[in-house]
Amino acid sequence: MAKVVVVTSGKGGVGKTTSTAGLGTALAQTGQTVVVVDFDVGLRNLDLVLGAERRVVFDFINVVQGAVKLHQALIRDKRVETLWLLPASQTRDKDALSDEGVARVIAELRTRFDWILCDSPAGIERGATLAMRHADAAVIVTNPEVSSVRDSDRIIGLLDSKTEKAERGERIDKHILITRYDAGRASRGEMLNITDVLEILSLPLLGIIPESEEVLRASNLGTPVVLNNPASPPARAYLEAARRLMGEQLDVKVPSEKRGLFTKLFGRRAA
Amino acid sequence: MSTEVRPRPVRFRGRSYLAFSLAPEPPIADWLTDLDAAISRSSGFFVGRPAVLDLAHTALSQPAIALLIQELESRDIRIMGIEGAESADLGPGLPPLLTSGRPASGGELVRSAPEVKDKPTPKAPEPPPGSLLVEAPVRSGQTIYYPNGDVVVLGSVGSGAEVVAGGSIHIYGALRGRAMAGASGNAKARIFCRKIEAELLAIGGYYRTVDDLEDDLRNRPVQAWLDGNAMLIAALE
Repeated sequence: MAKVVVVTSGKGGVGKTTSTAGLGTALAQTGQTVVVVDFDVGLRNLDLVLGAERRVVFDFINVVQGAVKLHQALIRDKRVETLWLLPASQTRDKDALSDEGVARVIAELRTRFDWILCDSPAGIERGATLAMRHADAAVIVTNPEVSSVRDSDRIIGLLDSKTEKAERGERIDKHILITRYDAGRASRGEMLNITDVLEILSLPLLGIIPESEEVLRASNLGTPVVLNNPASPPARAYLEAARRLMGEQLDVKVPSEKRGLFTKLFGRRAA
Repeated sequence: MSTEVRPRPVRFRGRSYLAFSLAPEPPIADWLTDLDAAISRSSGFFVGRPAVLDLAHTALSQPAIALLIQELESRDIRIMGIEGAESADLGPGLPPLLTSGRPASGGELVRSAPEVKDKPTPKAPEPPPGSLLVEAPVRSGQTIYYPNGDVVVLGSVGSGAEVVAGGSIHIYGALRGRAMAGASGNAKARIFCRKIEAELLAIGGYYRTVDDLEDDLRNRPVQAWLDGNAMLIAALE
């Protein structure tokens, strides 16, 4: 049974696109067929993170408007053969997406893939509500800071009212993915800690992605961090989060601050 | 300075009342005879109950309306407003025009009136329940509005969320957003929560931001109530 998952947050810049690419790649590596759909029409990024920007010919808008067939717009990843991308258009805006067109494309994707990951644009407007409309599950990407958490709370309210499932009186599965977590700053009280975030949002935790230079390096290379450096902490966190998304029960470890012998002995270097 | 002059705040509040609406039907003389007969069966029914005159079924001139009101006052029925007429028909000496009236269940006099007697008594609409139970957390951006009574929230009320109740508000979680109890002016309403991190509290039209909350109350279970013009907040345990 195909599963439609929306990756959303409300706030911009928290890591939706990175997380869509990370989770999509990790799911595809298990052998399941995965398509990642970029709903951020006009500000597309998912193609860059996946390194497919020079392979885009047709896009989501062309398919929604019926100009081309779905298979003409789908781009197969060169590294993981069960991973596909449906890119957004960079020259159009969200008004080019029609309700019926999106419904038709999602229905067609359901017949071809095990997982459909929708990368939502920021905000609570049309683009974001269309991305969540047909979802069976949601991954709410949150940074451990108050504005991001409040925006996530707002998005959760919309997930409970504006999705097709909610309108039928059903509930969609919702998971919190905490990104850019800095153990050092959290321990010094400069960030909300995990308990605070989960208490405010009162939803289960899918994973904690530590703040890491690896993520930025991988994005700039156009390779998801899961492929670029699978042993790095953020890659391991995405791989585990994907397993939890597939229903596996795994304990979430809160990343702790790694301190070398030098800093242990001599404390932090004076600034 | 001790002689600080404080402007006294003027408070306006919306309130709704239940009133009887009398709808005379022409010929008016016959209708008055019927009314007399109904009053004789339950004398004193209109004492202390001002009524609204519904003129939708009549086409009376201004002097005729004035005469009708006089006739009604001679029967101890005080008319506090008129509906179903054009405002141009009402002169300065007449009661004001009312609009947007909604039907409510009828009074005893109406039920015992002869013209209704042989029809089956219409079932009164089910009264709204006295409280609203919200089983999920109230998320940022959501508003729970329940003017008919108390609101009970089993989860938390998020920052940027709002709960408005005609009665009291009970929150079995953290209150991080706004709570407005006694929204239609009930000064006896209270706000209870398991953990207070609220942005704003209001009871019966009095507001208080919780920025200045005492440190020993923060993050504790509290209740808030009105004592005259002041809102008090105290720990529950």
